[in-house]
Amino acid sequence: MSAIPTPTHDAHGHDAHGHGEHGHGDHGKYPFLRHHFDTPAQQFDSAKLGMWVFLATEILFFGALFAMYAILRFKHPEVFEYASHYLDTIMGGINTCVLILSSLTMAMAVYFAQRSKKGPLVFCLFLTLLGAVGFLVIKYFEYTHKFHENLVWGASFYKPVDEEERVIVTTPHQAPATLAEQSTAPDLSPGAASAALVKLPAADASVVKKAALGPGGLAPASGSPEQEAEVKAEEATEKALPHLLDPKMPVNTHQFFAIYYCMTGLHGIHVVIGMGMILWLMWGAMRGRYDGNYYTPVDLGGLYWHIVDLIWIFLFPLFYLIH
Amino acid sequence: MPPAAAAEDNYLTHGRGILSWALTLDHKRIGVMYMVAVLISFLVGGVFALLVRTKLLFPGEVSWMTKDQYNQAFTLHGAIMVFLVIIPSIPAALGNFVLPIMLGAKDVAFPRLNLASFYLWLVGAGCAVWALLAGGFDTGWTFYTPYSSTTAYQGVIPVLTGVFILGFSSIFTGMNFVVTIHKLRPPGMGWFRMPLFLWALYATALIQVLATPVLAITLGLLAIERVFHVGIFDPAMGGDPVLFQHFFWFYSHPAVYIMILPAMGIISDIIAVHSHRHIFGYRFIAFSSVAIAIFSFLVWGHHMFTSGQSGLMNVVFSAITFSVAIPSAIKVWNWLATLYRGSISLNTTMLYGLAFIFLFTIGGLTGLHLGTLNTDIHLHDTYFVVAHFHYVMMGSALIAMIGGLHHWWPKMTGRMFNETWGRIGCLLVFVGFNVTFLTQFMLGSHGMPRRYYLYQPEFQIYHHISTGGSYIMALGFVITGIYLLHSLFWGKKAPANPWGGKSLEWQCSSPPPHDNFATTPTVGDPYDFSDLKWDPATGGYATAPADGAKTSRGGH
Repeated sequence: MSAIPTPTHDAHGHDAHGHGEHGHGDHGKYPFLRHHFDTPAQQFDSAKLGMWVFLATEILFFGALFAMYAILRFKHPEVFEYASHYLDTIMGGINTCVLILSSLTMAMAVYFAQRSKKGPLVFCLFLTLLGAVGFLVIKYFEYTHKFHENLVWGASFYKPVDEEERVIVTTPHQAPATLAEQSTAPDLSPGAASAALVKLPAADASVVKKAALGPGGLAPASGSPEQEAEVKAEEATEKALPHLLDPKMPVNTHQFFAIYYCMTGLHGIHVVIGMGMILWLMWGAMRGRYDGNYYTPVDLGGLYWHIVDLIWIFLFPLFYLIH
Repeated sequence: MPPAAAAEDNYLTHGRGILSWALTLDHKRIGVMYMVAVLISFLVGGVFALLVRTKLLFPGEVSWMTKDQYNQAFTLHGAIMVFLVIIPSIPAALGNFVLPIMLGAKDVAFPRLNLASFYLWLVGAGCAVWALLAGGFDTGWTFYTPYSSTTAYQGVIPVLTGVFILGFSSIFTGMNFVVTIHKLRPPGMGWFRMPLFLWALYATALIQVLATPVLAITLGLLAIERVFHVGIFDPAMGGDPVLFQHFFWFYSHPAVYIMILPAMGIISDIIAVHSHRHIFGYRFIAFSSVAIAIFSFLVWGHHMFTSGQSGLMNVVFSAITFSVAIPSAIKVWNWLATLYRGSISLNTTMLYGLAFIFLFTIGGLTGLHLGTLNTDIHLHDTYFVVAHFHYVMMGSALIAMIGGLHHWWPKMTGRMFNETWGRIGCLLVFVGFNVTFLTQFMLGSHGMPRRYYLYQPEFQIYHHISTGGSYIMALGFVITGIYLLHSLFWGKKAPANPWGGKSLEWQCSSPPPHDNFATTPTVGDPYDFSDLKWDPATGGYATAPADGAKTSRGGH
């Protein structure tokens, strides 16, 4: 550790400009030093502590979701064991490796920033960005595959969302041929799926809920008109939803996908934010903002990126590797 | 900066025009803007409270307020008072103004984050207005599922967005305070030389940082549940509605301590300064703040004694709830011991301080009734609960905020307010408050449930008294508002140290200069008042030649 220069170390060759009114020698010497700090070390330590406090909030932010995961899994252990097999372990595994590698390149970026090596710094940040993009591309393929199979959250897990009459109501200009196509072989993009879901009223969902218990064969027999509707709904969707044909599927399997999308979705949002941050760091690095005296943003960005990585390292076994 | 110029140039005159306020990074201006915003919200929330109380004069239906309007009115009263007023009131308004000066720093650690926090507050308040325009909401401020995920009111999503954003505003303030207190203490300012208000703000900031994210994600999940019907809180789909309550109270119980801890800090300072006596048991008060912060995370289950929680959990939560009484009582006894043989000035500020001790004791002790498992079965969801938390949230937290406002008013504005009217206002608020809420303890123990629009005619006399009390209290607040505004224009110029305080903010001029300290402040014992002398020429206190350890900021 002793090899790493701290920001307090002498600032060689900095022009003294600005901040004259405060009369602090250090403020003239270090143009990045803000007026309410006395030394660069104090500023750096404050920023770093602030980042750690922020990371603590992040951990609690995800912590509630991890608690929710634990409770749902405790309530429905069979669901988690069963539904986990729908996730692609290979893709998840590759993504884990991609993220770990991007954490390595991020750490190297911090290393080069501390040593004022502009070229390698920009290159490492670029590699980190590539890792983030790669992660999201793989995640995109995973999500779209799930949407194809209708492995989604809530009631729509049991019933495709592009119900014929609803589409007619919402998009009257669409050609009937397209509609027929959609109802027999739903080919939904994620955007369309969520848009249709928003339109699904609550009343409709309660009807679906009854059907939801059906496929597992564990629901108590309901009234005959409802049952008929149920059978009809099943007939209409059997081809589209192969997972419903599996007699071994436990009740409430949709809960697994609800928490899966919540947690990986929130993680994905953090990756996107991280990409914006890395781009900003790259822009700054190319303009030569960072050197051995001032590399705080790179350091803090690194911390953020590591926590995003770390959260995924917990998510991967919790969802993909349940046996 | 020469001292002569410092007396002229203060933070209020440093830069003019709207933009110099809107884009300011000065913690003092941000604190003042927060204060104005919070007081306006307090007015709005208070009007909703008066509407609710006025309806309750009559047991049956009234023509001018329907049941739905009533549900919306008490929901708005609760949501505004909790999220827009009490939570930001002391830390973000008073704390922002006072903390860096008390510490001897030029600003908080992250001034831009501080300003962002204020703008997030504004956006959150805007979302509340959006919720009203979208059709309102009637879930109560607690947003319990499954009602909140199914109610037809369209204002639920906007208000969830608003509270989510307000949460980040609160987190930013908390982050700033934690880092400022850790890293920006000048040489000589050790942890045990900090005024107790800073200890309280530090403990509060820890809760803000650690509890608020859980609320954010909980409300996010509720929004997802409401929009996508994922079923995580819906028992018909294998979800768990009580889980929402657990998540909600995991934040919202600590949030009660976000409200009360800084209030206790203010009172510690007010009691010591206005009785001109060294605070009794400094370390006990300081550590009890941290103890309360730790306990605050372990008691949330006492909100679910009747929600089907397991018996064992009820017992455990009940026991931990009782333990909170220990650090709370430590503080109260230390305040009383400070008053003992003190030279007490019974000015407006001190009256608010004494009112706090009285009201907080009632609020705290009635909390024990509710923490007891068997009495809680009887008292749960009655007016007893309403009275209890009003004693703590309003009678304690808000009274301390108003007391702190008076304490630092000369420092913030540079003007003195009228003491006579101040005392009258305080008396009206105190009497009105007790008439309003002591009655509600009786109402509740007789079985009147909270939030009901209709009630049995035999309760009417209590409701009449309670509503009458709320009008007295409102009158007190109106008088307070009038003389404070009056003092802004016609008040006497305030001296640097009108009360005889010893913490650093009384060492800089009133109002403070832009950079807080024209000359390097001397850090000493914040409660050693022995070397302060009354100076009739300025109408304030001045330090007799200091022989304490002279320290210099920055070290160059």
